[in-house]
Amino acid sequence: MNDAATRKLALSHLWVAFIAFIVACFMGQYQVLERSGFIPALDSPSVYFASVSTHGVLMAFVLTFFFIMGFGYTIATTSLKQPVWNKPLAWAGFWLALTGVVLAAIPLLTGKASVLYTFYPPMVAPAVFYIGATLLVVGSWVWCVIMLVMFMHWKKANTGQPVPLAMFATAMNALLWLWTSAGVALEVLFQLIPLSLGWIDTVDAGLARTLFAWTLHPIVYFWLIPAYTAFYVFVPKQAGGFLFSDEMARLAFIVLAVFSLPIGFHHLYMDPEQAKGWKLLHAIGTFVVALPTLVTGFAVIASLEIAGRLRGGKGLFGWIISLPWTNTMVLSVILSLLMLIFGGFGGIVNASYAMNAMIHNTAWVPGHFHLIFAGTTVIMYFAIAYYFWPTLVKKPLFSSSMALVQLWTWFIGMSILTTPWHVLGLLGQPRRISSVVYNNLLTLAWKPYEFMMIFGGLILLGSACLFIYILAKTQLNPAAEAFDQQIEFAEPIYAVESLPEWLNDIKLWNKVIAVLMAISFGYPILQFFFMDSSGSSPWGF
Amino acid sequence: MQTEPLKQKCEQLLQNLNSQLCDFYAQLRAIHIDQLERKWITISLIVIGLFVGIIVIDAFFHGVNPPGKVETVDSASLHLNKEFAEDNLGVQVDAKGHVTVRMVAGRYSFFPKHIDVPAETPVTFRWVSMDVLHGVHIPMTNMSTMIVPGYVAEIITTFPKPGEYPVLCNEYCGLGHNHMWSNISVIAKENWTAPVKSPAKGVSNNE
Repeated sequence: MNDAATRKLALSHLWVAFIAFIVACFMGQYQVLERSGFIPALDSPSVYFASVSTHGVLMAFVLTFFFIMGFGYTIATTSLKQPVWNKPLAWAGFWLALTGVVLAAIPLLTGKASVLYTFYPPMVAPAVFYIGATLLVVGSWVWCVIMLVMFMHWKKANTGQPVPLAMFATAMNALLWLWTSAGVALEVLFQLIPLSLGWIDTVDAGLARTLFAWTLHPIVYFWLIPAYTAFYVFVPKQAGGFLFSDEMARLAFIVLAVFSLPIGFHHLYMDPEQAKGWKLLHAIGTFVVALPTLVTGFAVIASLEIAGRLRGGKGLFGWIISLPWTNTMVLSVILSLLMLIFGGFGGIVNASYAMNAMIHNTAWVPGHFHLIFAGTTVIMYFAIAYYFWPTLVKKPLFSSSMALVQLWTWFIGMSILTTPWHVLGLLGQPRRISSVVYNNLLTLAWKPYEFMMIFGGLILLGSACLFIYILAKTQLNPAAEAFDQQIEFAEPIYAVESLPEWLNDIKLWNKVIAVLMAISFGYPILQFFFMDSSGSSPWGF
Repeated sequence: MQTEPLKQKCEQLLQNLNSQLCDFYAQLRAIHIDQLERKWITISLIVIGLFVGIIVIDAFFHGVNPPGKVETVDSASLHLNKEFAEDNLGVQVDAKGHVTVRMVAGRYSFFPKHIDVPAETPVTFRWVSMDVLHGVHIPMTNMSTMIVPGYVAEIITTFPKPGEYPVLCNEYCGLGHNHMWSNISVIAKENWTAPVKSPAKGVSNNE
């Protein structure tokens, strides 16, 4: 990581990610205020839905994609000790993706693409919105290619050697994303862009929803895998111990990538265009994918316990106290796991087939994914940024005590924001409304929870600003002297000398994914070409 | 005459696959897994199996399923459709006493805007959209479904408690989405009378 050009590449990606993040945080705070109805002057559905659409695109597509790309370049160069393969191509991917973001931002910010980041045909936005989103995805495919080529090159040069765990996870994530993005790519290229340009007159909303569901579940694992990678490869070392098991970590990443793909129909449980048998099949797969998360939870906690005991912790819980709570990575993983436990409970409710009817499209759902994405995942993005920044800018972190305050406030803010959000869902409040105009007594029970959410949002906004401040200060500080910090990977308790090929490569898993996808999505997609359906003409919003 | 070699080839292929699977299993067994971790994985598998088991048993033996009857309809010409023409909307009771409710969702309301249904009675709802994507949820009940244009969303539910319930659109359908709601009265079984002939019910009961 001494190569200035690679550091610039990684930093550029990470800065785009975090600028998108901070802009979207301000929008989130506006939304929670507007929605509560406490400030009547703010009330405006057109501004609100433009903001929700932009907030979703920035957080779910821009923050994540650019962060994962910057993370991947850093992991690949440090763990493989290789320079980035084909730097001009990497920069081309960056500029392609950034151009896509700018193109999509124009209709979004002017309120012409308020179709939410889930698109929702037969509503249509201007074609430039979909084209921008497509370029962003194509830019991320460039990254996937570079990651997979670097993975192959290393394997060729080190025959029989285990690929470093961090790179194995990153290659798995690249494979996962290529499969994941195919669904939404088909929807955008064959349905949405032709519809918005007027090349076709009608669209089958059922097919569009099925294709989007293909992408909608594994995309969250694409976001999550960098966080899990940090759990396995950074946390044990930072805590002062060892990784519990290298092989089980690989298995966990494999099961995550393979089983997160064929299960997207849990987003369509309440939909009329798919039969219940297929929904049940995907429901079972959804429970299978809980397994690698349970294994990960065990491995991380076991690694932490080893570290705690090595640091002199005694007794059943003494090791928890003796953990280095002032290490940003260790604090983040503790807070992240706490949010994962509660978010996971919620996720099991969502996954539970018919039980989903109680919470489907209620406020419970954004409550759930904020807890598990903005909480569990993004707090690890912070930890990774704090860990990478001194290496990337060659200066010490501006203030680690400020960073600890930032992490704690993010956790507290997220708890205060998402708890009432879940309750609102159980009280029947729909998600995606800009104000409450229902003339019904039920809505009286909603008020106090909406009030609480404003405070949660304020704490989060303050925390987000502090995060950006710390990163900027670190980078802009005048360099005192030569500062050189390397990224260190955790050692497993038992070093792996050799691995069976299927634990060290992605080829077999690519084939397994192809078979599972054919089984779980083959007929459900083909049925649309055989059924007697009539498409919908395009609608504005 | 080509069958012999083909058969051999198939057998060869199966044998290969079999030996590969055996290898895979042997390698999987050879992975070092700590005793504690083995126990944890076993517990995890039991818990997951329990959840999946409950869901599958409920689905197959108690009929607890989400909506899943794939039935198409032309959303652009509902007014010409016999079933969803204006006169047929709302509550109807067939000769066997079965209650069916036909509803049209459109920006920005559910039509008819107010209906009366009996409590503790299975009610079949048939929802269609006349424009974009909608969703409908009656809070505190499991009457929830997406309404996708081009498809009939059918759901059978029983309301346990009488009362006045709102019917809310829970999927973003345009800038007026907030205003998309209507009412349903769930009436005690003994007080409820079937509508004689479902008239056109366009009268607004909303504020």
